[in-house]
Amino acid sequence: MRTALTLILLLTACFSLATYLQPRQASRELLEHGQASALDVLLGDGRRLFANEIFAKADAYFHRGNYPSIFELNARREENHMTAAAAGEEEHYEGDGHDHGDEGHDEHGEHEEHGEHRKGGGHGSEPRDWIEAFGRHLHPSVHLHLRDGEEREMLPWLQLSARLNPRQVEAYAVAAYWLRRSLNKVDEAEQFLREGLRHNPGDPLLLHEMARLEFQNRKNYKRAENLWIAALKRWRETEAGKEEPNEFLLSSILGGLAQLNIEQGELTRAIDYFRQLKEVSPLPEAVQRRIDELTEKLKAGEGR
Amino acid sequence: MNKILAVAGVVIRELYRRKDFYVLFILTALMTLLLGGVNFFNDEQIVGYLKEFCLLLIWISALVIAVTTAARQIPAERENRTIFPLLAKPIARWQVLTGKFAGCWLAAGVALVVFYAFFGTVIATRERTFPVADYFQAGWMHWQMLGIVIAMVLLGSIVLSTPAANVTIMFIVALGILFVGRYLNTVAVRMDEPSSSIVYTLYYVIPHLEFFDLRKRLVHDWPLVEWKYIGLATLYAWAYIAVFLLGSFALFRRKALN
Repeated sequence: MRTALTLILLLTACFSLATYLQPRQASRELLEHGQASALDVLLGDGRRLFANEIFAKADAYFHRGNYPSIFELNARREENHMTAAAAGEEEHYEGDGHDHGDEGHDEHGEHEEHGEHRKGGGHGSEPRDWIEAFGRHLHPSVHLHLRDGEEREMLPWLQLSARLNPRQVEAYAVAAYWLRRSLNKVDEAEQFLREGLRHNPGDPLLLHEMARLEFQNRKNYKRAENLWIAALKRWRETEAGKEEPNEFLLSSILGGLAQLNIEQGELTRAIDYFRQLKEVSPLPEAVQRRIDELTEKLKAGEGR
Repeated sequence: MNKILAVAGVVIRELYRRKDFYVLFILTALMTLLLGGVNFFNDEQIVGYLKEFCLLLIWISALVIAVTTAARQIPAERENRTIFPLLAKPIARWQVLTGKFAGCWLAAGVALVVFYAFFGTVIATRERTFPVADYFQAGWMHWQMLGIVIAMVLLGSIVLSTPAANVTIMFIVALGILFVGRYLNTVAVRMDEPSSSIVYTLYYVIPHLEFFDLRKRLVHDWPLVEWKYIGLATLYAWAYIAVFLLGSFALFRRKALN
């Protein structure tokens, strides 16, 4: 009996020791091969949790510190305008075929008191009591966004978030967007996107962001087209089979390809991309209007 | 008044004789300067993260100085038996306590002036501006908050048996209020009775230290707070200071010192 108990004790000790040593050994190996930072070794997998919080911190900076707390998680999800703007939600390719990204984020910067205050207390709603009401005179409580180059203040947090979790592709994409759009730091944006692609080879979001950089900033249409085609291919490989695929990304890619072909006078190909876009767009009528417009132009001999 | 100031003077002298302040200031300065040297995307105008980090260190340091200084005042006098010659002089117990409070609060204020001057200088090297009024508001509110904490710690030093317990509990209370205090009403409405009423009562009873935290305004370049709200917040702080000091007087008056 005693021998059996001793054996069980030894086995338990071995198992406990293994669970303790294994992650440390893995981290040490990573560090020795130059693929992990001291932060990785120190925090282990916990760094991913920190990465999400740091990413939210960047969004809090985008809102000038007026941001929902962890007690208001629903409001926090609604408030994520930093990512929305960077993902190109203001780019209405479907509607009029023009890229309104620039105007889009300026609009964001200008609007104050975003929407009506909801009742029931908490972030963005009517105060519940005098303490909350008084606190609003002392703390940032007006809905504002960074603008006119102030977006630079988010960048350290995005970079830190990407360092903590290199799999968080949004951090690379969002940082690259603001770097090239607001700060005109195209080289830095490209470098950061390449770093993201090194950690996430062939990620469709990063390829799409790289294509936008080539199209909008470098005007290198050939490279932009190649990148968008690669992004489309990778989207189909990685997202198509999912239960809830990222259709917004697909429509952005298709919209980008259509716009690029319009710029090059390739109207037939643009129409083809618009037809694909129509299937996933939340505004199929607007896309159809665009298709009709291009068909008319094609008939008039304005393009190929 | 002279008696109170004399006791306060001793406490202030104690602060600059001890090494706590110097160590915390040097640590804050070193860490801020190191972080200031980090390059983000070759952009030297990025300053928000530096402000946030430096202010966080200032808040931690000031809280440590205030709590540890206040927590050892009465127990040290009792341990060293210096309380007896002190009270043998024509000075009332409430005057001793008020003097201790005033000394700790003024010492914390002096430390804050040094910290905020350093903060302003570092930020001025990046932003090329020195918004005195903003720093004054932030520093003033910070000082009021420390006043409440010091009064609370003095009360704790009379109620609790050891300075270590007092320091630990007061840190937990102060940090808890700073992090969660303003959200207790949000939490309470999601709870069932009687927990909801208990949490809501707690929400109304605790001193809302987070009122005095203007760091976000400095970090994100918000305009000045209207002075009338600074005035109201100051009165709010003084009311809590008075409550805690009166509680301390009442307990200390009847406390056996041997």
